[in-house]
Order: sequence, then structure tokens, then C-alpha cells
Amino acid sequence: MSDTQERWGIPGTYVFDLTLSRQGYAINKMCNSLKFDENREAFKADEEAYMERYGLSEEQKQAIRERDWLRLTQLGGNLFFFLKLGATLGYGLYTIGAQMRGESYEQFMSTRNVPGAT
Amino acid sequence: MGKIVAGIGSSHVPSIGRAYDQQKQTDPAWQPLFDGYEPVKRWLAEEVKADVVILVYNDHGTEFFLDCYPTFALGVADSYAVADEGYGKRPLPDFPGDAAFSEHLANHLVADEFDLTLCQEMALDHGFLTAMPLLWDHDETAWPVKVVPLLVNVIQHPLPTGQRCYKLGEAIRRAVEAYPEDTRVAVVGTGGLSHQLNGERFGHINEEWDKQWLQRIQDEPRELAALSHKEVMTEAGAEGGEVIMWFVMRGAMTERVEEVHRFYYAPMTTGMALLALNNSD
Repeated sequence: MSDTQERWGIPGTYVFDLTLSRQGYAINKMCNSLKFDENREAFKADEEAYMERYGLSEEQKQAIRERDWLRLTQLGGNLFFFLKLGATLGYGLYTIGAQMRGESYEQFMSTRNVPGAT
Repeated sequence: MGKIVAGIGSSHVPSIGRAYDQQKQTDPAWQPLFDGYEPVKRWLAEEVKADVVILVYNDHGTEFFLDCYPTFALGVADSYAVADEGYGKRPLPDFPGDAAFSEHLANHLVADEFDLTLCQEMALDHGFLTAMPLLWDHDETAWPVKVVPLLVNVIQHPLPTGQRCYKLGEAIRRAVEAYPEDTRVAVVGTGGLSHQLNGERFGHINEEWDKQWLQRIQDEPRELAALSHKEVMTEAGAEGGEVIMWFVMRGAMTERVEEVHRFYYAPMTTGMALLALNNSD
């Protein structure tokens, strides 16, 4: 269990409290900037330089390089902000979610009541 | 004098907005949802005839950032823009505000010890937008009601308690009833029901809990509002914790309420719910 899970005691859940928000502030600030098209273009043109500009830690950068959404969450990334990174890179909500569950997209969709309602 | 004429609880899910914009009203996966809102839309248009809607919502990293995050924020403007959430702006008209009514609310609520952040500009994302076109007909340029957006922090803990939200609703009722104009006010609490969008438990929904919620918020709202965030999130998912926004609506209603309509549908990752209430005292 990670620290945030120990604080809250809800398995498989990373409650976005101030501790996690502080840890992930650089990630979320960077992701928030991606609401503007010119910034999305700048990120895609040079991911490393863009991450450096926002002061991400090496661990945070690595999670983004690997498109590891669960790790990014554990390091303080908040989904509402990193969805903008997902949109920049072509990862939608359900793709990100399936990965966090450790499933393929198809496996995840097969667990839903009405998979057509996307 | 102002009067609260309807209380609505409604989910706010981005996929509903997409389905609406893509005109999937008769798509088999979406028709139940749109049909579920129809009776309430008719009731609001034909019987309720509200002048102003106080809509309780949260922003999703669109207008507000973590550098300075309000716990409660009230719109006090004469108009509110539809936000671009990064996928282009939805084809909905911007919203007319009612600055005079907002100012009255702000004065009363702050005097009543609710120290709100007050916003002269507030671009509205799906937290606000989802329910509006399902509840009120609009054309290309106009809405039939004015709006007052009321934001609650449900993103970054510590969140306000459910009880605090309920008390804010009670204070809103007092403020509305002290308004000198004969203004008819609908209060909409949005969010939920169960869903989780983070971690290994992504996709968690709890249909049984959701269905109980739709009854309990009518019959025993204070007991429900006394649940801790941890208790709610354990059952309803981390993001399901946002159901506290329904307490603002419920607190603004009378002690006893009459159910006008309820609808529930959990197709994908969120328990989508609609509850329409009338004051019965």
C-alpha cells in the first residue's frame, strides 16, 4: 500500500489530499497548461524540455515517458488534470482506466453494463 | 418574495454531453438516459417555471487550478461562458446570470457566516453543463432561465463536510425567501452517484448504494450528511465523494419533500441518477 492508501485505508484508491497534491503539484501544473493548443504542440515537439520547464522529478518524468497512469497517480497526478495530457497523447479515459486496473481495454469494457454508452 | 420551487439532483458526466451533442438521443445505449430526463424537463417547463437556477457543481481543472482553490465559490455575474475543456467548446449558448439576485445571495450568505469566494467571471465546464440542456430547452442563442453557479471543492481534500453543504443549502433557502422580488428559484445539486476514476479500483460503481441514496436523501438527509468522506468514498468510489453537492440542494428544500420523478442508469463507469423533488411543507 502506498502512503495515501495508508492514510485513507481504501484499497486501490488514491485520495487526492493536500499531501498528494503537494507531491504532484508540478505534474498537475504542467498538465493544466495543456488546455491550450499551443502548449500541447510544444509538449509534443519536445516532451523532455516541456517536463523540465515545469520542474518534474525524474520519477514523475519517467511515469510520463512510460505513459504509466497508475504510477502518475501514485506520484500525485490528478486525473482531471492529466486527462489533458491523455488527450494530447491520444489516451482516452477508458484506456487510462483499463491500464490502471491492469486490464486490456477489451477486458475492461467486458465488465461494463452497457459498453456502447461511451 | 423569492421562493424555492424545485430541487433536482443530477449526475454530471462528460459522456452524456458528448452523446447530447452527437444527437444520440435514440441510440439504444443512450435512449434510456434521455428518456429518463424527459418527464422532469416537462415538469420544469410546464409547472415549475423557474426564473433562476442555482446550480451546484464542481470544476474539473478547467477554470480553477490548485494554486488557489476555493472551497465554495459563487458566480455574481450577468453572464457565464461555456468553457473549452480541451476538446473544443460545446455548441451550447452562454448562460445569462442574474447579478442582482447573486449579489443578494452573496450578502445574505456571508452575513449568515458562509464566507464564499465571489466570481465576476466563471467559465463553466461539464460539471455545470451536463444537466442544463437535459432539464431546460434552449435554442442556438438563449436559455429560458437565468443561472447562478455555485462551486464546491470536491477535488482536493479536505472537502467541506456533507453537513456543511446541507447547512449551506438551509442558508440559501433563508436568503431566497428574503429576496424582495417574486423570483422562482430551482436548486440543482449535481455529481455522483457512485464512480471511481483513479487507481486499481477505477470503474467501481455501487448500484445498490446509489438506489438507497435516492431514497435516503429524501427521508433522512441529515443522517446521510453525517457520513464521513471516507465512508462515502469506500462505498461510492473516490470520485463518488462529490455527492455531497446534492446536500446543498436538499438543505434548501423543506424538511419533508415529495418525489416528482427518479431515474437511475449505470451503463459504464458512473451511476447516472436524476431525482426531482418538490417542497411538501
